[in-house]
Amino acid sequence: MTDVKEMTLEEREATLGGIGTARKRKEDARFIQGKGNYVDDIKLPDTVVGNFVRSPHAHARIKSINTEPATRIPGVIAVLTADDLRPLNLHWMPTLAGDAQAVLADEKVHFQNQEVAFVIGEDRYAVADGIEAVEVEYEDLPALVDPTKALLPDAPVLREDAQDKSEVGQGARRHPNHIFTWDCGDKDATDQAFAGAAVTVKEEIFYPRCHPCPLEPCGCVASMDKVRGELTLYGTFQAPHVIRTVVSLISGLAEHNIRVVSPDVGGGFGNKVGAYPGYVCATVGSIVLGRPVKWIESRIDNLSTTAFARDYLMTGELAADPDGRITALRCHVLADHGAFNSHAQPSKWPAGFFNIVTGSYDIPVAHCSVDGVFTNKAPGGVAYRCSFRVTEAAYLIERMIDVLAQKLDIDKAEIRRRNFVKASQFPYRSCLGWEYDSGDYETALDKALAAVDYEGLRREQAEKRARGELMGIGIATFTEIVGAGPTRNCDILGIGMFDSCEIRVHPTGSAIARLGTKSQGQGHETTYAQIIATEIGIPSDDITIEEGDTDTAPYGLGTYGSRSTPVAAAAAAQAARKIRAKAKKIAAHMLEVGEDDLEWEIDRFKVRGLPEKAASMKEIAMAAYQSLPEGLEQGLEAVNYYDPPNFTYPFGAYVCVVDVDPHTGEVKIRRFYALDDCGTRINPMVIDGQVHGGLAEAFGIAMGQELVFDEIGNIQGASLMDYFLPTAVETPHWETDFTVTPSPHHPIGAKGVGESPNVGGVPAFSNAVVDAFAHLGVTHMTMPHTHWRVWKQCEALGIGG
Amino acid sequence: MAKTAVSMTVNGRAVEALAEPRTLLIHFLRDQLGITGPHVGCETSHCGACTVDIDGKSVKSCTLFAVQAQGAEVLTVEGMAGADGTLSVIQEGFMQEHGLQCGYCTPGMITRAYRLLQETPNPSEEQIRWGLSGNLCRCTGYQNIVKAVRYAAEKLQAQKEAAE
Repeated sequence: MTDVKEMTLEEREATLGGIGTARKRKEDARFIQGKGNYVDDIKLPDTVVGNFVRSPHAHARIKSINTEPATRIPGVIAVLTADDLRPLNLHWMPTLAGDAQAVLADEKVHFQNQEVAFVIGEDRYAVADGIEAVEVEYEDLPALVDPTKALLPDAPVLREDAQDKSEVGQGARRHPNHIFTWDCGDKDATDQAFAGAAVTVKEEIFYPRCHPCPLEPCGCVASMDKVRGELTLYGTFQAPHVIRTVVSLISGLAEHNIRVVSPDVGGGFGNKVGAYPGYVCATVGSIVLGRPVKWIESRIDNLSTTAFARDYLMTGELAADPDGRITALRCHVLADHGAFNSHAQPSKWPAGFFNIVTGSYDIPVAHCSVDGVFTNKAPGGVAYRCSFRVTEAAYLIERMIDVLAQKLDIDKAEIRRRNFVKASQFPYRSCLGWEYDSGDYETALDKALAAVDYEGLRREQAEKRARGELMGIGIATFTEIVGAGPTRNCDILGIGMFDSCEIRVHPTGSAIARLGTKSQGQGHETTYAQIIATEIGIPSDDITIEEGDTDTAPYGLGTYGSRSTPVAAAAAAQAARKIRAKAKKIAAHMLEVGEDDLEWEIDRFKVRGLPEKAASMKEIAMAAYQSLPEGLEQGLEAVNYYDPPNFTYPFGAYVCVVDVDPHTGEVKIRRFYALDDCGTRINPMVIDGQVHGGLAEAFGIAMGQELVFDEIGNIQGASLMDYFLPTAVETPHWETDFTVTPSPHHPIGAKGVGESPNVGGVPAFSNAVVDAFAHLGVTHMTMPHTHWRVWKQCEALGIGG
Repeated sequence: MAKTAVSMTVNGRAVEALAEPRTLLIHFLRDQLGITGPHVGCETSHCGACTVDIDGKSVKSCTLFAVQAQGAEVLTVEGMAGADGTLSVIQEGFMQEHGLQCGYCTPGMITRAYRLLQETPNPSEEQIRWGLSGNLCRCTGYQNIVKAVRYAAEKLQAQKEAAE
């Protein structure tokens, strides 16, 4: 406990460790000593292990499954198939998007590595033997891998179970492989603007299928206590409360008999939002056996079955006047959702917040439409370090504005400046319906350009081009939309996307706060405490933050979409303010003055004009449990459920400089400068860390990641042997910077930052690579920009070695 | 499958437990001995989350059978701090320089960094990056990990000079 009685103002401020301090992380102590508690570390007595028999085919009919040989393997306890789950009505499960997904393949398999049977055994080795022994006979069916062929009249029908359904969530269908069409904006006005435009550009822009690939894969331990009738489900859940509700809905167990616990989570990035067959099978296994069942996926399972991201085939068009002022935007997206419509978006948003696609630019009119289709690939389409398709949208507009700049021969920084939403226009309503809360894009860009000596770089580039060398400068001036979200338009399964915080102050002046979110590395135990410290004057070192246990935390919608700071941190501030309001009443009673005579100073209430008369929060905390004014209840605690009035709109200005070797296709990232504006900065050290990590993930996506399938649906390279995760060697050095434009509607003005570097980073890399070839007439190159692909571009231009 | 007794020294403590011939060292450590600091991240020797130190070398314990470590001297992240609980300078460096986020790669990173600094006591940034290239991190973008190792290297050098 920290005693603040005799300290100077500065010492008290420093002791507080509140908003704005680079406080060291509270969670580090356990992680650096190997004392983290991840799901696979949980060892309940009598635990058994389960894992899947998976389909080698992408599309096939299951003719028979013979589990009998497996049951003869020593150590194998049970094998579950769809037939075992059918009587419980658990062979299919509802998806977050309103479709159904097979828990265990029911008559057909729809993608390679789909779950076919679940083998439970005494240990992982016995289970592996059991999986080998299960005999499955398949009848091959033609596989559909290319989404552009999904809607052809003669395309194979993938989802026979859904063939007669007019809807599989999120809108009307027009073909058995069609999921939905979603469109927004003013089509006629957009078409008119294009018809009369001085200049138009069009480009097909593919954002390949990639994967969040957290270092810890997904997993769970389900433990059914048959005597009490209570299920405890430990797992890698980014949204534990939502999982509890889903488990209750699909299992029929009453929600109060289910406890969901997210222990330490080894990275999520969107991979751990959804509900997967492993959770259902482990739960059923535990209910049947009365023993805890652990399911931990392998890396191959992870990359090939749970939660891919993107796979958006986008066609973008811009119309503009001769000076490069954009007059209209039009785009169409073909969205490959794989075998089931199980992407994770707020229910009413089939393409997430893709309509943020006008970006940082004041575009008068726009129209975009998205068609979702089924293919024989793993289901998903999660928001990978992204707020629901914002990444795809930002990529489209940031690439397209470069395409326009090249067409008009306008500098790529200048064309952005000409089109920016001006600082004076905020709050700004975009033509596609969003109300941007605050921003100052021009200041950010100016700072970025000055920091990198943009003009000097362009001069150097011109000199190099004259010598036949390839150098590229990529700019991204992106706007994010995060903090889902206002319950009027954001829900998951009908539950509004609010979040929550409950704070209890103990008699001796320390506190515990519980929230509905769940850190997967973001450092919540450190940063939430800083917010509460500033609000109620209790040092952050004296505040415990707890998340992830649905028995103790208030209901919340979890951590993804950069929503922890915009939503749950707002709840923390509001709950803290309730505590301070009560503390003020107690202080007035203690000091025998009216509340109006009090003023707040760091960690205490002082009587105005009598500086020696004060009550510290520590003293007030004790008083809350013994000497209260009449009419006040004991205790000092509060809870807040925060329904944000709007999203927050973080933004940034990134510059990437590359040199390209035409003889090898090697792209050397010479410099990467990232300026982020996330409003009020809670912990600059943590923000920098988040930006570094997001940029490294952006680097991986832009330069090397892609989940590729062959024509019969075999996934090509779903292990780290083939799937590119950058090492410390390739990963560039990051320069970070910031401006601060607080959110006007957030209690502390914070906006969220975790995803900005991924959203803005990918187009910055891509723009740099394309810019290296811009003088040779190249307007777009498809990601990822591997050496091979870049070399092929050089070869096509006749400059390759 | 028949099990045999496997004995080794782990973090200075003699241990013996039963293992199948095919039992991987990482599973032996985690499941048999309850040493859960090293993690499994990829099963293919790429990510390094399972890195332990065996007889003075960094080894990925997901690709070694437990029986191959018979009689070996094994060091894991659990053995890094002093007997009195004092953090090693590498552990301290990771905390001071914000060299970790989710913490899943951290035990492997620290164990590898420990060996790297034995091999190269005063590494340049490039040497650190190459020296840690067998250990993947998805959260930090590596920059602060590099700084954490530099922090430790400098402190170790200073300690060495003070001792001389």
